[in-house]
Amino acid sequence: MSGALLNLSGVSLAFAGNTVLQNVDFQVAEGAVVSLIGPNGAGKTSLFNCITGFYKPQSGAITFDGHELLKLRPHRVTASGIARTFQNVRLFREMTVMQNVMSGMHSRTRSGAIAAILRLPSQRAEEAAIRDYCEGCLRFVGVGPEEYDRIATTLAYGHQRRVEIARALATQPKLLLLDEPAAGLNAGEKQDLIALIRRIRDERGISVLLIEHDTGLVMQVSERISVLDHGAMIAEGTAKQIQSNPKVIEAYLGQEDAEAELDF
Amino acid sequence: MTPRDTASDRLRDRIAARFESPALRWGGIGLILVLMAVLPAALGQYATVIMTNALLYVVLALGLNVVVGFAGLLDLGYAAFFAVGAYTIGILTLDFGVNFWLALPVAVLAAAIAGVIIGGPTLRLRSDYLAIVTLGFGEIVRFSARNLAITGKASGLSGIGQPWLFGWHIATPTDFYFVFCALAILAVVVSLRLENSRLGRAWLYVRHDEDVAEAMGINRVAVKLAAYVTGAIFAAIGGAFFAANLGAISPESFSFTQSVLILMAVILGGMGKIPGVILGAFIVILGPELLRNLGELRLMVFAVMLLLIMLFRPSGIWPKRGVRS
Repeated sequence: MSGALLNLSGVSLAFAGNTVLQNVDFQVAEGAVVSLIGPNGAGKTSLFNCITGFYKPQSGAITFDGHELLKLRPHRVTASGIARTFQNVRLFREMTVMQNVMSGMHSRTRSGAIAAILRLPSQRAEEAAIRDYCEGCLRFVGVGPEEYDRIATTLAYGHQRRVEIARALATQPKLLLLDEPAAGLNAGEKQDLIALIRRIRDERGISVLLIEHDTGLVMQVSERISVLDHGAMIAEGTAKQIQSNPKVIEAYLGQEDAEAELDF
Repeated sequence: MTPRDTASDRLRDRIAARFESPALRWGGIGLILVLMAVLPAALGQYATVIMTNALLYVVLALGLNVVVGFAGLLDLGYAAFFAVGAYTIGILTLDFGVNFWLALPVAVLAAAIAGVIIGGPTLRLRSDYLAIVTLGFGEIVRFSARNLAITGKASGLSGIGQPWLFGWHIATPTDFYFVFCALAILAVVVSLRLENSRLGRAWLYVRHDEDVAEAMGINRVAVKLAAYVTGAIFAAIGGAFFAANLGAISPESFSFTQSVLILMAVILGGMGKIPGVILGAFIVILGPELLRNLGELRLMVFAVMLLLIMLFRPSGIWPKRGVRS
């Protein structure tokens, strides 16, 4: 898959001698919805952190849209077109829904201190454009205007997750990384999430990579699935191929403390 | 939190809500401006001098509020930038005969450069280290001022001239009172505009969660440096007019106590909240004055009051809405 949007090759990461990722090869094609699954502690979130620049792998290469990502600091990775959400919703506390989403526009806008102090016309136009774009993102994820000025962390949990996705969309990404977006959602909200993920790809043309424990959701929404176990990629394929892969079944069921969530 | 506090919070919110109607807000602003204008005539020279000092503290506290309140960086050596502003004016006007108004931008530039030199390497560190480095920087600046010939060693500089502005010789305490009124208003306007801007929001994001801010595309080091330099510029402007007002400066005007007093004004009023910080600055300066008839006990009484305020209102007298302990 040489035309991949995101390409990881031979990525290895260790903390103080403990191997977290070993020689991981992984691709996300342009316009794809791809899932990364695996037992707890397999290294899924670490892989996200490598992609987004928070962890620096000891070896390997990560390229995205023609850029070499490994040299970049996290804010440059975001500027290059990768946005993410967090496993435990991490909205800015004490700030409103709108202010939260506006953070995403930072790397797409320019105005500095002088423009703000003088209230230059360009600065005011930019502020209005930021608000407009963020309203669009909030509307897209289904958060209404009555919630814009509420403190984000006082919203119902399902809505906080949506606000977090809107904030990621405001960075105008080409690839969206969702870290367990369905965690804590009820059955109805999960269906809404599946529809939202599809719309993100179909209407906005954003590729999606998700980490998820809810295998039902994973099977429904993703075209390709990769399985990570003990820091190594053990399988890659379509939902059908993954379901019948003996290595995957062993990874999930063959361990004593198995969180045997893979309900085939 | 006691029920009484919640009631006072509600009252404050109601008052604040009233001021959201534009007519009342402009009326309130007009009233404050009128009070500021008649104060010297109404209260006499002593009160005018005290108020001038309080207004200087408003400028300094609003500057430090950008660093501590907005960006969440603990700065224990803020008086150093105040010193850089004052000494730059002193040296340039006395030794080089430069006009005050030409020396002012140099003072601002000097403080900005000092901010970059100290902030550049240290803002990569987490907050606790920054506190130690800034504490050290504050002391280094004071000791340098006390030992260098150009800063007049321990006795400092004296005979700094009073500036002219379009034919107005800013000379009497009342003149300086009005100059500091203008500076305080300017500081408030600049603070408000920065707070509601792309950069102001970025400071809050970084303060609340550095990692998430970075994941949202914000360059955390650059944003913190901008806060640090902005704070330094506020202090330098305050220091420049402070030097012109007193005509004499000495290293002891820029001690660690000075940094702590400014920090206290910020924390006391409510970090990050502009009206709170203004209130804090007035309390820090006017508090000891109002308690003057208690004689020797006044500083102790003042200290106990501060402790009680912090005990019962840990996020300040007038904190940000929704930021209650």
